[in-house]
Amino acid sequence: MAQIFAYIPHKDGVADDIAYEIQAAAGKLDSNAQVTAIVTGSGDTLDKVAGHLTSLFKEVIKIGHDDLAYPNAEVVRKALCNVLPSDAIILAPHNTFGMDLVPGLSIKFDSACASDVIDFEGTEGATLKIVRQVLGGIISTHNDLDISNGAVIAIRPGAFAPVEDGSEGGTIVDKSGDAGDISTKRRFLEIVEAEVGDVDITKSDVLVSIGRGIEEEENIGVAQELAEAMGAVVSCSRPIVDAKWLEKSRQVGTSGQTVKPKVYLALGISGSFQHMGGIKGDPFIIAINKNANAPIFQVADVGIIGDILEFMPELTEKIKDL
Amino acid sequence: MEILVCIKRVPDTAENEFELNSAGNDIDRDDLVYSVNEWDNYAVEEAIQIVGEHGGSVTVVSVGDDESEEVLRREMAMGADNGILLSDDAFEDSDSRGIASILKAEVEKGNYDLILTGAQADDGAAEVGGMLAAMLDLPYASLVNQIDIDGDKHIKVGREIEGGNKEMNEIELPCVLSIQTGINEPRYVGIRGIRKVAQIEIPVKGASDLGIDAGSVGKDGAKMKRIDYFVPDLGEGAEMLEGSTDEIIEKLIEKLKSKGGLA
Ligand SMILES: Cc1cc2nc3c(=O)[nH]c(=O)nc-3n(C[C@H](O)[C@H](O)[C@H](O)COP(=O)(O)OP(=O)(O)OC[C@H]3O[C@@H](n4cnc5c(N)ncnc54)[C@H](O)[C@@H]3O)c2cc1C
Ligand SMILES: Nc1ncnc2c1ncn2[C@@H]1O[C@H](COP(=O)(O)O)[C@@H](O)[C@H]1O
Repeated sequence: MAQIFAYIPHKDGVADDIAYEIQAAAGKLDSNAQVTAIVTGSGDTLDKVAGHLTSLFKEVIKIGHDDLAYPNAEVVRKALCNVLPSDAIILAPHNTFGMDLVPGLSIKFDSACASDVIDFEGTEGATLKIVRQVLGGIISTHNDLDISNGAVIAIRPGAFAPVEDGSEGGTIVDKSGDAGDISTKRRFLEIVEAEVGDVDITKSDVLVSIGRGIEEEENIGVAQELAEAMGAVVSCSRPIVDAKWLEKSRQVGTSGQTVKPKVYLALGISGSFQHMGGIKGDPFIIAINKNANAPIFQVADVGIIGDILEFMPELTEKIKDL
Repeated sequence: MEILVCIKRVPDTAENEFELNSAGNDIDRDDLVYSVNEWDNYAVEEAIQIVGEHGGSVTVVSVGDDESEEVLRREMAMGADNGILLSDDAFEDSDSRGIASILKAEVEKGNYDLILTGAQADDGAAEVGGMLAAMLDLPYASLVNQIDIDGDKHIKVGREIEGGNKEMNEIELPCVLSIQTGINEPRYVGIRGIRKVAQIEIPVKGASDLGIDAGSVGKDGAKMKRIDYFVPDLGEGAEMLEGSTDEIIEKLIEKLKSKGGLA
């Protein structure tokens, strides 16, 4: 098999936690693999993260350039194209950066592409068997990936159990000189921070969280009454915010808030990985959903198959009567 | 501004309960309700709003079978000016790269300033937009949730990144953008609207019309091939509460009490 490279995102000189998951994924892909980490960036923070990664990887390639100070995927792609062999197997996270980088990179390398991969099930010749999910996680699929000409693979965050920090004592290879022309037609300007809302759902021990199953804006009040009776706060999944029914600050998930409640009541939420990615600290999860196949039932502690519009008012009444 | 929006007809996850077919090699597609991919609907709305303000036209294009005409027409009822269906037996079972190369052939026949896709579709791949951009050698930005048109050379776009923060970029035209949900509020389309566009002709183009070598797309051209579908067995799963509504609520309240769920 061709050499495996792991693209490691980092911030303020610290590698993203996904580094440990990508290392685990690489081991699952090929247990004999020699995995090389790649970090791009500039200045001290790049040196710092490269140094740290030598404990996890035998070899760490660093590419430094002022234009790489912010990880603009268009610039990173050009640098990788100039530095890596085109038959490389490249792993990256399936997050907002990976989605920006991975598809285009696979075209430039004329290699295979697989995104949001949750497992590897071995190789036969130049065919790698991968597992991914479709239709919002309701159903999984096995796929054959032709890696004869390399591959760019995006790993779902949280899908591979992270490895422990190691003591590899790896070496750093500086490839900054090979980066070549990395000018692009997209220029990073600035980060605009998310607005702070009226309630801070991250502070609440109990969340009554509603999803698309709430069906109508008018029904939000019903969830609010339940939350009030429970002494809880209302949070939600993304479609509720997209519809402007609740403020963005109430959204749980990778593109919303990260919450750490004790109890999480998921009402009419299917359980997409982007939603579940915002729930940390292993809370007690109760899911009510009318679809017995909803993926949320695989991660919840307690499940109820039913219509939330019927359950919510009755539950509120019973709690008030206690 | 000439805008092309790529749209896909997908099974509606809100309207269906998916099950495997008896052979286990596909989902049971009988009686499935299909609609336009959620993300694509936001992309079309954005295109219509841009053209409404700055002039130009919106074309919607889909790679699919005859039934994809229905989603093209729906988006035309929203306000897209033209629809194009790319359809050929040779396109079946294409992977993302195949779809992107079919779309590329159509893009090259036009003169577009802006090409929009959805951030992702039913397969959760989030690949076609970025691939299309790379094939066309155009700049790309994914997960766009803000577009400011401030000239005809370049535009300003916001990308939604982790935590709901926004990454602002300046990007040259022409470019390819993948659109994230929430960027706007897609307008409602009624039966009347659909009736209005019922007579407009939607050209259908196949591999030879597009100058595509049939072997480079479809199953033969795919580097990723789906082998089967399965329902994952992820450990024990949830403890399911059963019984009458009253019984279930009683059990639920006990659980809530013991876990600190009731203040
Ligand atoms: C880059 C990116 C970032 C994202 N970030 C986030 C994020 O931060 N947070 C987030 O939530 N999503 C996020 N998403 C979207 C995510 O992929 C899903 O689309 C979303 O989480 C689905 O929300 P849902 O579960 O409410 O809706 P659906 O998936 O539509 O599920 C609705 C559920 O309700 C059930 N239901 C319907 N009616 C009833 C009823 N009356 N009673 C009981 N059950 C009912 C249905 O069976 C279904 O399971 C992101 C997507 C992308 C691409
Ligand atoms: N068959 C298709 N026809 C037209 N556009 C498509 C097709 N498949 C995917 N796309 C576009 O690519 C986007 C991302 O899809 P995907 O990469 O499959 O997740 C979709 O939102 C569409 O805009």
